[in-house]
Amino acid sequence: MDMKATKKKLGMKERYRILTRDLGWEPGYQSREAVFPYVRYEGIKVHDWDKWEDPFRLTMDAYWKYQAEKERKFYAIIDAHAQNNGHLNLTDARYLSALKIFLQAISPGEYAAHKGFARIGREFPGVGTQVACQMQAIDEIRHAQTQIHAMSNYNRYYDGFHAFADARDRIWYTSVARSFFDDAMAAGPFEFMIAIGFSFEYVLTNLLFVPFMSGAAYNGDMATVTFGFSAQSDEARHMTLGLECIKFMLEQDPDNLPIVQGWIDKWFWRGFRVLGLVSTMMDYMLPKRVMSWREAWEIYGVENGGALFRDLARYGIRPPKGWDDAEKAIDHMSHQIMLGLYQWSFGTCFHSWIPSDDDMAWLAKKYPDTFDKYYRPRWEHIKKLDAAGTPYKNFGLAKLCQCCQLPAVFTEPDDPTLNCHRETVYKGEKYQFCSDGCKDIFENEPEKYIQAWLPMPALFQELNGDIGAWMDWVGLKDGVDNGDYDGSRDQKHFTEWRGQATSNL
Amino acid sequence: MPVVSLKEYVGVPRDLVLNFNGKQLVYVSWDNHLLFAAPFLLCLPPETRFGELVDGPLAALVQPDPDAAAIDWTQVEWLKSNEPWTPDFSRSLADNGIGHKDQLRFRTPGLDTLRDAA
Amino acid sequence: MSTVFIALQANEETRPIIDAIEIDNPQAIVNRQPAMVKIDAPGRLVVRRETIEEQLGRSYDLQELQINLITLSGNVDEDEDTLTLSWNE
Repeated sequence: MDMKATKKKLGMKERYRILTRDLGWEPGYQSREAVFPYVRYEGIKVHDWDKWEDPFRLTMDAYWKYQAEKERKFYAIIDAHAQNNGHLNLTDARYLSALKIFLQAISPGEYAAHKGFARIGREFPGVGTQVACQMQAIDEIRHAQTQIHAMSNYNRYYDGFHAFADARDRIWYTSVARSFFDDAMAAGPFEFMIAIGFSFEYVLTNLLFVPFMSGAAYNGDMATVTFGFSAQSDEARHMTLGLECIKFMLEQDPDNLPIVQGWIDKWFWRGFRVLGLVSTMMDYMLPKRVMSWREAWEIYGVENGGALFRDLARYGIRPPKGWDDAEKAIDHMSHQIMLGLYQWSFGTCFHSWIPSDDDMAWLAKKYPDTFDKYYRPRWEHIKKLDAAGTPYKNFGLAKLCQCCQLPAVFTEPDDPTLNCHRETVYKGEKYQFCSDGCKDIFENEPEKYIQAWLPMPALFQELNGDIGAWMDWVGLKDGVDNGDYDGSRDQKHFTEWRGQATSNL
Repeated sequence: MPVVSLKEYVGVPRDLVLNFNGKQLVYVSWDNHLLFAAPFLLCLPPETRFGELVDGPLAALVQPDPDAAAIDWTQVEWLKSNEPWTPDFSRSLADNGIGHKDQLRFRTPGLDTLRDAA
Repeated sequence: MSTVFIALQANEETRPIIDAIEIDNPQAIVNRQPAMVKIDAPGRLVVRRETIEEQLGRSYDLQELQINLITLSGNVDEDEDTLTLSWNE
């Protein structure tokens, strides 16, 4: 009887080497500098690109196999969700405001990230890094696509989803995430990696995705849960890429440390500001809440971020400059932003509402030091105005921060009763900021931020302050997409259709 | 600090006053009155009399606050660029030195119903 | 000591994987949330292919974790047999 000798499978390390490093080559008829023109100008010194290795050692064959499986599972569930009127399983259609913000503000960011990683996958000379960046570029476009597909079923039945691409380019709250990615894409490849790969994908990603996807699970949104988990498995690779890249940069040359630290400081703060919208979604827009923003910050910010920076301390890295100011803002930011969104809800492509008594009781419990003292008085007054038939609308619009582009709703780190005013003059022009963090970022690279397209000033430049014309331009249908959830078409339809699902009359 | 770049990097400011059709931006904020989530953005001709700014758009915008009716505009304390400042109500924004994108603040000490619950 | 963690989707495929992780990491704490299981451990967590195979009843490639992984925390070191998460302090 023949004993078949089992063919030896390639070991993981060997397969990785053959399918990545060995596919690279030394340019023969152009210089390295000509082929990779952007790799030195940021001042980052790399002596040996072969030292960079993907800890997951994922090769293209494995990548396609696993990604294809995720896609098959994903679309099967999306189909089932649509076929079974999954939208009727939502706790309440208020929840959809969270999704509308996500689709308008975050999903296009995935597409932007795709462009960014495709670019740096070309700009970096190291083959291992190129392969990992290229995979991430494909992941990010997949995320944009799967998010759009996941939410498309809601677009059939509810308002506010239809013009997400225009909303992203033209509305005010969406410019926060947009300018974040534009800033990163306008940076060099190493800064982009620290901005997105490390600061966003490692330090801050859990604060975006875990509460969001758990929020979807708690509120009966199977489509988004499915998207979330399908994307999250990619995110683990992204996180690992980001961490590997920062360690690589720090290990290659000690001169890289101050440059990397500067980028960590900048991008932590920019990312923290983008997460402001997430804090509001968690605390106010999920009818069934997962946990408070404060609780999420404790787990994913303080504990996890703390562990990370203790680990990086051996390279000389310290926690980001704005960490303490961020901590001081945690118990305030979600309330400040929601109050803003409510009073400017004529200009949002999603609904807001006044929190119910139960909502406020929960908020008071989760924010024992701040909610009853600072924010309940405002909500109670807003409730009075609403009851009197004069619902509060603030047509004074808002000063936007030149850097993060959020309405300047934030307060002094040590005085929550006082708006934080910061300003600077550059080449004879005045610029306004919401915080020291944003002002510092501007003053470090003013030529970048002076050209920011700020949506509210633009309204007066381009449309002469005509809000009706503005609504047409951004694709917002007045009285339908905007305003209070109470009395909205979404509310009416959701109630009617849910009723129809269980009655025959 | 200059932007790190391969060639000279020159940005063009997008919000120059000449882009605002003869008007300018000015931001106004009522200290400790955060019912108004952010400073108001006003777009007005620089020839606007300061008193018109106060009696017109500003008075209208602050109406929703319970303290609005009690404001004594003759007693209000002002700041410009975060420094104490006294406006001349009879003169224009330009003559008052209120530049494009300046931030004005006013205070009404003792009048702060919604500031915080005791 | 800093916490490392691994979070997996909660489904039929991950049940034996979670069991295996618990077996190999006696100090780990398993947190069950809707659709997700987050496993925390002090300083270090090891996922072993062999233990998973014993629980799963078939041969397993550790890279298959990619399908059900949600997020993780700690430095990653992976080869054919183990995936280790750790912080250096």
